[in-house]
Amino acid sequence: MSVITYRDALNQALREEMHRDDRVFIMGEEVAVYQGAYKVSKGLLQEFGEMRVVDTPITELGFAGVGVGAAMVGLRPIIEFMTWNFALLAIDQVVNSAAKMLYMSGGQYNMPMVFRGPNGAALQLSAQHSQAWESWLAHIPGLKVVAPGTPYDAKGLLKSAIRDDNPVIVLEGEMLYNTKGEVPENEEVIVPLGKAELKREGEHASIITHGKMVLAALQAADQLGKQGINVDVVDLRTIRPMDVDAITTSVRKTNRAVVLEEGWEICGVGAQVVDYIQRDCFDDLDAPVVRVHQADVPMPYAKNLERAAKPDAAKAIAAVKKVMYLE
Amino acid sequence: MAKKKTDSANDVELRRDLLRSMLLQRRFEERCAEAYALGKIGGFCHLYIGQEACGTGAISILRPDDYVITTYRDHGQALARGMAPRAIMAELFGRIDGVVRGKGGSMHLFDRNANFLGGHGIVGGHVPIATGVGFAIKYRGGDQVCVCFMGESVVNTGAFHEALNMAALWKLPVVFIIENNRYGMGTALERASSIHDIYNRAASYDMPRGVVDGQDVMVVRAAVQEAVDRARTESTPTLLEVRTYRFMGHSMSDAVSGTYRTKEELEEYLKRDPIIVLRTQLQQAGQLTDDEFAKLDEEVKAVVQDAWDFAEQSPEPPIEALYEDVLVDTTSDAHAEAAVAAD
Amino acid sequence: MATKVVMEALSPTMEEGRLVKWLKNEGDQIKNGETLAEVETDKAIMELVARGEGVLRKRLLNENDAAPVGQLIAVIAPPDENIDALVSSAGGAAAAPAAPAAPAAASAGATQEKVASGAPPAPPPARPAAPPAPSAAPSGNGGGRMRSSPLARRMASENGLDLQGVQGSGPGGRIIKRDIEAAVASGSAKQQPTAGRFVPAGEDYRDAPLTQIRKTIARRLSESIGPIPTFYLTAEFDMERVAEMRAAMAAMGDEFKVSFNDIVLKAVATALAQHPEVNAHWLGDKIRYFNRVHLGMAVAIEDGLITPVIFDADQKRMSEISRESRELAKRARERKLKPEEYTGSTFSVSNLGMFGIDQFTAIINPPEVGILAVGALEEKPVVVDGALAHRKRMRVTMSCDHRVVDGALGARFLQTLRRLIENPLMLVY
Repeated sequence: MSVITYRDALNQALREEMHRDDRVFIMGEEVAVYQGAYKVSKGLLQEFGEMRVVDTPITELGFAGVGVGAAMVGLRPIIEFMTWNFALLAIDQVVNSAAKMLYMSGGQYNMPMVFRGPNGAALQLSAQHSQAWESWLAHIPGLKVVAPGTPYDAKGLLKSAIRDDNPVIVLEGEMLYNTKGEVPENEEVIVPLGKAELKREGEHASIITHGKMVLAALQAADQLGKQGINVDVVDLRTIRPMDVDAITTSVRKTNRAVVLEEGWEICGVGAQVVDYIQRDCFDDLDAPVVRVHQADVPMPYAKNLERAAKPDAAKAIAAVKKVMYLE
Repeated sequence: MAKKKTDSANDVELRRDLLRSMLLQRRFEERCAEAYALGKIGGFCHLYIGQEACGTGAISILRPDDYVITTYRDHGQALARGMAPRAIMAELFGRIDGVVRGKGGSMHLFDRNANFLGGHGIVGGHVPIATGVGFAIKYRGGDQVCVCFMGESVVNTGAFHEALNMAALWKLPVVFIIENNRYGMGTALERASSIHDIYNRAASYDMPRGVVDGQDVMVVRAAVQEAVDRARTESTPTLLEVRTYRFMGHSMSDAVSGTYRTKEELEEYLKRDPIIVLRTQLQQAGQLTDDEFAKLDEEVKAVVQDAWDFAEQSPEPPIEALYEDVLVDTTSDAHAEAAVAAD
Repeated sequence: MATKVVMEALSPTMEEGRLVKWLKNEGDQIKNGETLAEVETDKAIMELVARGEGVLRKRLLNENDAAPVGQLIAVIAPPDENIDALVSSAGGAAAAPAAPAAPAAASAGATQEKVASGAPPAPPPARPAAPPAPSAAPSGNGGGRMRSSPLARRMASENGLDLQGVQGSGPGGRIIKRDIEAAVASGSAKQQPTAGRFVPAGEDYRDAPLTQIRKTIARRLSESIGPIPTFYLTAEFDMERVAEMRAAMAAMGDEFKVSFNDIVLKAVATALAQHPEVNAHWLGDKIRYFNRVHLGMAVAIEDGLITPVIFDADQKRMSEISRESRELAKRARERKLKPEEYTGSTFSVSNLGMFGIDQFTAIINPPEVGILAVGALEEKPVVVDGALAHRKRMRVTMSCDHRVVDGALGARFLQTLRRLIENPLMLVY
């Protein structure tokens, strides 16, 4: 078992899948010669050549559409957005083309493609470069959406996404690329889509989270553990389709839930989680569900303001205490 | 533009086939207008009347393994590509036997067997897709071509710019065909575009380009042949402006004339009806009599009537179809086998 | 995190409590729900239960001393936590020791927490809360909605607990999981009753029954307006047939023995069912006529009097009434009655016959509008069919609230009662 970075885990996934199936190619800005804006595609150009590792002009809408066209006629594109902030420009292709093609064509044209890139805030990148918008994409039927929070899940989910015959959105994170974790070598690392994972077990409360916030949730769990409070940490891993069973099993056990996410409050992913809980665990709740999320503002630049805006372990701890009726 | 050798050999038969195809499209679209007025077709319905020569001429020189992608004004092109009138009409009527099982409607005709890649609703949205198809062809080392039809308003979109730039940059086998019918919904080209000879937009990409009269199917055919050859043999894209005219409103919901164009202008253009143009050519060459034309007309009308009847009889999709084809249940292994079996 | 232990209002009218006995010592490990002490209220001796976990760090009240409701009397905390600040503030903690319903008619907005003023995290005082039926307390929301988490409701239902007997420690008095756990552990919550429930279901009458605040308001109103305009009706009943019946039952065996009082109670209850106009409460702005009969039975206890209630007395067989009245009297004398057992009567009966009193007038227990005082049974000469005979006779005196019961109304009730007592077979008719 080796300890590798999230970035390297993604790189391994790309390399392995491109070896496995020569219909797989990667396209995006700076993916080839520059070795990847965040070095996720490092070394791939050398290994697979410029037809399979394709640098594009700055044309998110354009190259997302190129991916759609290629997928329609049998290739398996991986379209990289340098960050998901820029992907807003491509939303017509992601939503109106990729997500809907199978349905509109009466089942004739499926879209075996992946759209991936870093999502959400990094450090002091300011309003236009800090958006976490998984909820926009999770809203759309016809898409699958995943958000790995650890290197193991990054590798496993990306591989599953590439092999899936549907358009899959992979939401990574600049702040995650350097994080480390155990990823086994010499074995196929596949994480199924649509399955959450219980990353920590406890009986007092449930923290349901995904992506970048998984680390914050685990930190919170550690600190709470020292105070004798043991929490379940449910890592959703896949936002759409969401593993509702994993959520409700945990909440039925603990009777209390905190939903922790990176994005904004209104109509965020957390709102959906809360709906599942109130729908299926109504009689099991001892307290209202508490959500922890970004402040309802565009991301500010100043370090202290940004820190105040972001959710973190401390806020998660406070939320757990609130659902436990502790001060 | 020189006529190709293949044309002269079967010239008469070819022209008759083209005439029949255009006439079929015309009668089909006329019945669509009627069906729409009767409430049998709902939503948006964009008719091809007046533009038949563009699609017919272009598609007539394609191979079965070439690809066609177009806008929401797709009935004519679908018929020209050989898709079944029954299946198209049933789709317009929203029935299970429709070409996409009632899930798409007028704007979204797809047929994998005909390599007809739709039928797209967002102006300009399909142009990058065309570039992607070209990319895949090159990726595989094939010699197929992708023909991409679009309206003249598309050339002002960002998607058009991005798609053509990449097609030219990467030298992809795509033929971009602008069917310039001079008007968006009600905005004349001159009011929307900073240049009026819009084929010159290709200059931005150093892409081969041309402009032709879109009311003469033979002219269109020749021009497209040249562009397709270039794509097939040199893997180089072309931007072709085909100047045409639509006789109806932008869609069934829009005005035919009045606010944005005069009746007089329309009547001038009606004289250059592509069916009349070709028919006249044939008749002047002694290759078609009035009777023969009438017979042809009856024949296509019967086909359209048959399509109508078929559509009427076809049931609506079952409610379960609501949830079908949102996602596929497969991964690359299973799909690879299926794809191989299909192709 | 420290838990404050305060003097709780363990009865509806309690204003201060006397600490009878500590059951835990300083330094003891305390679990949520464990009994800490016995506290004497104005009515009975009640258990004070822990609402937190930790070590009992400090006891601030000595045995036999009294403290007003709301005063800090102990602290539970982790062993290493500094509680000095908490302890030193104990002296000034109690503000006006208001009875739970203290802010009378004026403060319609009184919530449960505000009552025990000055003791912030103290759980609200025990009080029979308004029933879940939405047609709740007429004015003000002091005795209003009971809040509980869905889980707590489910747990209560699973454990056969009546939520009304449970104090809620969550925000707004919400009953939450730990409250149910505590209730189950201490056995202090009332079991979900089968029959004889204090709070009748909605369809039994059109108003919700009296809450403590209602009663107190009525009492206060009466006090402020003036005494109840009372008049008295006396009647003497022939008890021969009752005596025969009683003797016959006793002859069948000890287990069939009933007292005269049991029979009287049964008769009164039956008569009340036929006369809802005297089975009522005066509520100041309306009169509530009950369709059910909850008979208060006055019991003399060591230093006073208490009136436990036989609920739905008209529905109960004499044997049940007999058993219940004995049981209630016993518990009353042992001072073990719970608040819900001595509140809620619609009409009361007081019997001083065992003391040899021929006849007396009892005081109406507001907001009831009547009370029946029962005298001793005596053998005396009477005229029957023109001739002198000796018969067993008993005198009853009914006190009536003239605001609700007019002379004729009261008289008619006593007529019915006479018919039942002098012809006890009518009780089974």
